[in-house]
Amino acid sequence: MTQIELRGIEKFFGAVQVIHDLNLAIADNEFIVLLGQSGCGKTTTLRAIAGLETIDQGDILIDGKAVQHLKAADRDIAMVFQSFSLYPHMTVFENIAFPLRATRMSRGEVDRSVHEIARVLRITDLLDKRPSALSGGDMQRVAIGRALVRRPKAMLMDEPIGALDAKLREEMRAEIKRLHIKQGSTTIYVTHDQIEAMSLADRIVIMHEGFIQQVGTPDDVYSHPANLFVAQFVGSPVMNIAEAGVADDAGTATVTVGGAPKGFEFPRDLLAKLNGHAANGGLTLGIRPEGVLVRHDAAPGYIPVEAQIIEPLGSFDIVDLKVGSKMLRARTKAGYVSGPGEKVHVRLDPEQAHFFDTASGKSLGVRL
Amino acid sequence: MAAVRTSSEVALNRIAIVAVLVATLIFLAPIYWIASTAFKPKELAVSVPPTVLFEPEVTPFIRLFTKRVQMQKTVDPQVYEAAPWWEKRIYDGGERVLKVGKDVQLSQYPDRFMNSLIVAIVSTVLAVGMGTFTAYGFSRFKIAGEADLLFFILSTRMLPPVVVAIPMFLMYRMVGLNDSHIGLIILYIAFNLSFSVWLMKGFMDEIPKEYEEAALVDGYTRMQAFFRIVLPEAATGIAATAVFCFITAWNEYAFALIMTNRRAQTAPPFIPSQIGSGLPDWTTIAAGTFLFLLPVAIFTFLLRNHLLRGVTFGAIRK
Repeated sequence: MTQIELRGIEKFFGAVQVIHDLNLAIADNEFIVLLGQSGCGKTTTLRAIAGLETIDQGDILIDGKAVQHLKAADRDIAMVFQSFSLYPHMTVFENIAFPLRATRMSRGEVDRSVHEIARVLRITDLLDKRPSALSGGDMQRVAIGRALVRRPKAMLMDEPIGALDAKLREEMRAEIKRLHIKQGSTTIYVTHDQIEAMSLADRIVIMHEGFIQQVGTPDDVYSHPANLFVAQFVGSPVMNIAEAGVADDAGTATVTVGGAPKGFEFPRDLLAKLNGHAANGGLTLGIRPEGVLVRHDAAPGYIPVEAQIIEPLGSFDIVDLKVGSKMLRARTKAGYVSGPGEKVHVRLDPEQAHFFDTASGKSLGVRL
Repeated sequence: MAAVRTSSEVALNRIAIVAVLVATLIFLAPIYWIASTAFKPKELAVSVPPTVLFEPEVTPFIRLFTKRVQMQKTVDPQVYEAAPWWEKRIYDGGERVLKVGKDVQLSQYPDRFMNSLIVAIVSTVLAVGMGTFTAYGFSRFKIAGEADLLFFILSTRMLPPVVVAIPMFLMYRMVGLNDSHIGLIILYIAFNLSFSVWLMKGFMDEIPKEYEEAALVDGYTRMQAFFRIVLPEAATGIAATAVFCFITAWNEYAFALIMTNRRAQTAPPFIPSQIGSGLPDWTTIAAGTFLFLLPVAIFTFLLRNHLLRGVTFGAIRK
């Protein structure tokens, strides 16, 4: 049972503020992923929770107790580093046993605990080896074993699989998920990889330049991005972003992009939901490529456009469509558009459209 | 995969091997010279051209360890017959061994050798120990004026030590440190510390700080993390630094000559002082020098694995 709460955390490196008024409550057993580009403050936040970094302002509460003045050793938290940090002069067994040696646990108990965790991680046959003899994936298993062995209050993971190659990363991702389900401990996981974040997290915390941008379930941050940063950061291929104009056109709302002569049809509700925001002109439309619907022949609501570039990505293609002066990227079946220059018809799926205030970047929360 | 080599690569490789052999011969020549002289009969030591093939004998070593005087007349044959084999060697050279009652009087060489060992070992341990801690501090913590402090430490090596020999001698005499082990040890620590700090800082910087951070999170204090994680990782660096410090302290001549004369005199100033008057006894000097080479050779040999092994070996991903 471990809850972690961050209240008003501020952190400076010299004159540079790297974390701004960060507030976050993490529930027991929750798997939280801090997601962001390098330099966004996610690792600093993690290190602050671990006690490897001091904070300049705010409280870090573990089970309601402020720990920001405690040493790392006294916080009962385990951490897995991107570099694995296995001690080269010790065997795998000694590496895993190392945290237990700091306690008053008896030899027999240490032995039993290490073997138990090794069995869970399927590394029993590696116990006598030195870290230098292990593969990358096994090194990380050992590092995770070392973190889990003393049943810490919480697990912190700093890009734990970032140094592995793609195939192994996928394997270890599944393994971490399996372990979390099996062992169940409050986990904070830092990564810049949105796929890792999406697949592992109960909730994702998206950070940018020291600010939390959005906290939500993977579905939340994908389907309802809180602002333009999140909209463009999450999801691949990247969401189309374009300044848009909205007009009331005989019973439907029309959204024009890139100064195109014809606009896209939207339900009339949009006008009411935008609440006059369009009139200011500061409206930005965001739509993922799968929300850009393409067909060969004309149909009501579809406008004719020209395909410019086709990127085949195996199971699907990404087609760049010229709409006015703007490019919209659409996701189509593989080979659906035969080549550049082909004329196709396109419509935007209103349910997948997002509207943002251009100046602030904030989502207007319109759901159609 | 078998490496395919072109003929020019093979030729280059051969040239390299020859060059290394030549360099090795050049470096080993003085050592061979000393070693061979140490086992030569006295009269062959100065023969021209040098004798290469001779029957080795240990007489120079017997002379090295004993106190002797020149004999005016030949030895009584009865006494000669009763003498042990090593004493006969001395009689053969026209000398006799000095004795107090029945006890053979030893020369000063063992004492001087022991002085060298004490001074070199103690000063090396302290210089490397202090250097390791200092380097760790510089490597891991933000220290105000770090670059200036490091430069200041290095600057102690910028003038030739002999320049300060006279003032040092006067100061040492004033505080009573001259001709004492402690005095020499302090001096050699001062010589070696800057070197030790700089060398160890390089090694410390190579040890990823994640190792300690992992230990800190795992429930250890920084001190425990230092001793259980950092020191074992730094073993290579410590070994290399220790070898260099030991060699410097072991071979130091000028200060040992000025600061010591009896009690704390080390071997380097002692050995040449045995040249004495009249015909120098080169074989005995060579024997003393040859023995003097051994500790450094053994010390370096014991630490050779640490000197050759890389600092870290692949348990961390960068």
